[in-house]
Amino acid sequence: MAEKLSIFDISGRAMAAQLVRMNTSASNIANAGTVSGSESKAFRAMKPVFQTIVGEAGRATVEVTRIDTSTATPVKRNDPNHPLADEDGNVWEAAVDSTAEMIEMLEISRQYQNNVQVLATAKGLISETLRLGQ
Amino acid sequence: MPTLDTVFGVHANALKLREQRMAVLASNIANASTPGYKARDIDFSSALKLAENGQSADGAMRYRTPLQPTLDGNTVELAIEQTAFAENALAYRSSLSFLQGRISTLSRALKGE
Repeated sequence: MAEKLSIFDISGRAMAAQLVRMNTSASNIANAGTVSGSESKAFRAMKPVFQTIVGEAGRATVEVTRIDTSTATPVKRNDPNHPLADEDGNVWEAAVDSTAEMIEMLEISRQYQNNVQVLATAKGLISETLRLGQ
Repeated sequence: MPTLDTVFGVHANALKLREQRMAVLASNIANASTPGYKARDIDFSSALKLAENGQSADGAMRYRTPLQPTLDGNTVELAIEQTAFAENALAYRSSLSFLQGRISTLSRALKGE
């Protein structure tokens, strides 16, 4: 069912989705470099899944449907002196590509700014229209 | 006897269509990172012709042809969307100032200044 979407809905919901993406990316960066005593317990990067919400008359916005865990495998490192090492002396490093996450952050912040700009322009034009004839 | 439609000319329809096009372009910018999203735009001159015959702008909706297709099937190119959005906002503002001029002319005539 097509929703009635105003420009404020479109950009506002897109900003909310980008913020979820920013939060997952921040969690990934925060957990980069953490180690764990087993492969199953090691941290894996999280990725939000974006989906279009189709509205009436060509309008559309976006929402986060779920947050997936990355399929990348944690890196096994042999470090017998590590307090978390298992009986074979192995630890697992979080499966996070911090360079990719940093670039992701740049992209998120740019797209968030774009939506803010759209919102500001729309707001300005609407208030100018309200003053029409005064 | 001039009606409000003839007084405001094309700008009443133009303003409405500019608002619709702004929402479509905002949708494209909102979906800049959604996989599989196909960017759309309103062909303004054909939408205006349709509006003059009392039809909606849906018949003037077109899909954008990307300059460089992406692997995830998204056809939003931010540079293009942003320029189109800026151009559309400026055109909205010019329609507004035309209307403003017409309104102040009318009110001056009514007041007999």
